[in-house]
Amino acid sequence: MKAVATLERETRLLQGNQAIAEGAIYAGARFYAGYPITPSSEIADECAKRMPELGGMYIQMEDEMASIAAVVGASLAGAKALTATSGPGFSLMQENLGLAVMGEVPCVVVDVQRSGPSTGLATKPAQSDIMQVRWGRHGDQSVIALCPATVRECFTLTVQAFNFAERFRVPVVLMPDEIVGHMRENVALPLPGEIEVVDRKAPAGPPASYLPFKPDEDGIAPLAAYGSEYVFHVTSSMHGTDGYSNNDPANAAWRVRQLHEKIERHRDEIVLTQSYYTEDMDVLIVTLGATTRAARTAALEARAQGIKAGVLQLQTVWPFADREIAALGKRARMVVVPEMNYSGQVAGEVLKALGPGADIRRVNKFNGTIITPQDILDAMLRPAGAQTQGNQP
Amino acid sequence: MTHATGMKYMKPGVLPHMWCAGCGIGGMMGALLRAFEELGYRNTDTVVVTGIGCTGKLDDYLLTNALHTTHGRALAYATGIKAFKPQLKVVVVMGDGDSVTIGGNHFIHAARRNIDLTAIVLNNLNYGMTGGQVSGTTPEWAVTSTTVHGNPEREFDICALAETAGANFVARSTPYLGWEMKEIMKQALEKRGFSLVEVVSPCPTHFGRNNDMKETAAMLRWLGGRALPIEDYRKLPQAERKQHFPVGTLVDRDEPDFNTRYDTIRARATGMNVR
Repeated sequence: MKAVATLERETRLLQGNQAIAEGAIYAGARFYAGYPITPSSEIADECAKRMPELGGMYIQMEDEMASIAAVVGASLAGAKALTATSGPGFSLMQENLGLAVMGEVPCVVVDVQRSGPSTGLATKPAQSDIMQVRWGRHGDQSVIALCPATVRECFTLTVQAFNFAERFRVPVVLMPDEIVGHMRENVALPLPGEIEVVDRKAPAGPPASYLPFKPDEDGIAPLAAYGSEYVFHVTSSMHGTDGYSNNDPANAAWRVRQLHEKIERHRDEIVLTQSYYTEDMDVLIVTLGATTRAARTAALEARAQGIKAGVLQLQTVWPFADREIAALGKRARMVVVPEMNYSGQVAGEVLKALGPGADIRRVNKFNGTIITPQDILDAMLRPAGAQTQGNQP
Repeated sequence: MTHATGMKYMKPGVLPHMWCAGCGIGGMMGALLRAFEELGYRNTDTVVVTGIGCTGKLDDYLLTNALHTTHGRALAYATGIKAFKPQLKVVVVMGDGDSVTIGGNHFIHAARRNIDLTAIVLNNLNYGMTGGQVSGTTPEWAVTSTTVHGNPEREFDICALAETAGANFVARSTPYLGWEMKEIMKQALEKRGFSLVEVVSPCPTHFGRNNDMKETAAMLRWLGGRALPIEDYRKLPQAERKQHFPVGTLVDRDEPDFNTRYDTIRARATGMNVR
């Protein structure tokens, strides 16, 4: 980020969901297709108002399958496009999200996480879509997912989500929890030019030789827009560099590997984390979303009690910050992982990063209420090996 | 005058195509590409969107822009393309499964929005690709691989559905009427708003084999005998209509399309004077 000293930043009291809409607009999004669902609807409301004012479009589709489909269609016609939903709608989007992966179509899907299973505690918060975001579609594939902890991050990580989508020709999932989506904070909105905005790489050679799935040296193929002089073919089926169906085993193996590798080889650029109080820490809290706020408070309270606690916030959820966690985890005698789900979806990945010998303390809450700093402190203070649930009566 | 062949829109070297002998999809594709040629369409500003199934394989033969999508969702993808870039000619080619069975909701809402897409629905009365199962358009008397003991469901009238939902142009044809089918497609392609051409089509491999019409000629004769021009169909007594389906232009109206309506809204939102 570069400082723009001459202009005054506008400070606004914004809700997380509104900040996501504003961030999308800042990133250049001019097309929103969606279907209303709490707790994401304010993103639709904001886009319905703002998109046409900016010459863009808001279209309310008949369901979430159609919403993500229209977003993919608009993106191939040259739009920066997004949709927003919550758990039930996100489940419905999975098949067409797979097409965005296969067709390498840049777009952003916001999943404002609410509790489940099914309609669940409509519409109380949760952080239980971690694995659905990663593995919810059939077929093996990689994905980029970001999770904001503040209203300002709702804005900045939405811009980042579009930048990743455009740079790597992938769908990117932004996955705030309901708490952050509905939280209101004062935000000094970045000025135009203050945050870099990335646009997809356009083809440059002669139109007749354009291959929409032939990667450049950086692993990313240029993407034309329907209606340009570059005519192109996109398919949900296995395809060659020309975009036409191709069932050759060698081609299929190359395609699947390439779809993974274009993310893996840029992993260090994609994995974003924030560290708090980690310089001298020997207790590490690994956290994301609204729980970050409780974790930071817990770390300060622990320090007041003589425990040197630090916090690692996962702004990027996928690809997982395993190397960052391993590096910090080496210096920690204990790692606490608070998250609003039963299974320990993040904790399982932390275990993979640290290995079976690590003292990993799970704090899981899945009753629609938030994790408190005390829940996290309790986990630090309990004897090694004793697991507790934050929401036991 | 030389006749349009449509070959200029076909990828070289792809023939013979993958469809069964006697299938109607090749004829439908031929008529569509001839219609493109006679209308002077260019690959650069034409997008063909397909779904899944026998008909969904069509895009692989084309040189136009194309998007091969998921089962039933082709219209929703096409809606995004057309809504964002109205200058494109967007043609959606689907089967009866794609359009009115798994994708029925999108079909209804695309017609209700009256978005300027041309939907070509190849109705072969069953699921061909998966082995001839019952679909939402299988006649109630018909045998399929999943209605061996009888069909408990009634069939959709695709054209009536499109008309009721708000399409500007609704027509039906069959490969039995090759030249007319192409002419009707041209009308649909040039019509602003949602246009539908239902192509009732032979599937001798599955539907025919299961219903005593194994030979291609038998299926074509059956279609030819049942297809009646709409003017003649309307003169039939109600009881006899069940033996036929009307072909020709069934609906032709000029309600404003989605993008025209949205332009008005956008002008209002941007503060331009709109009456």
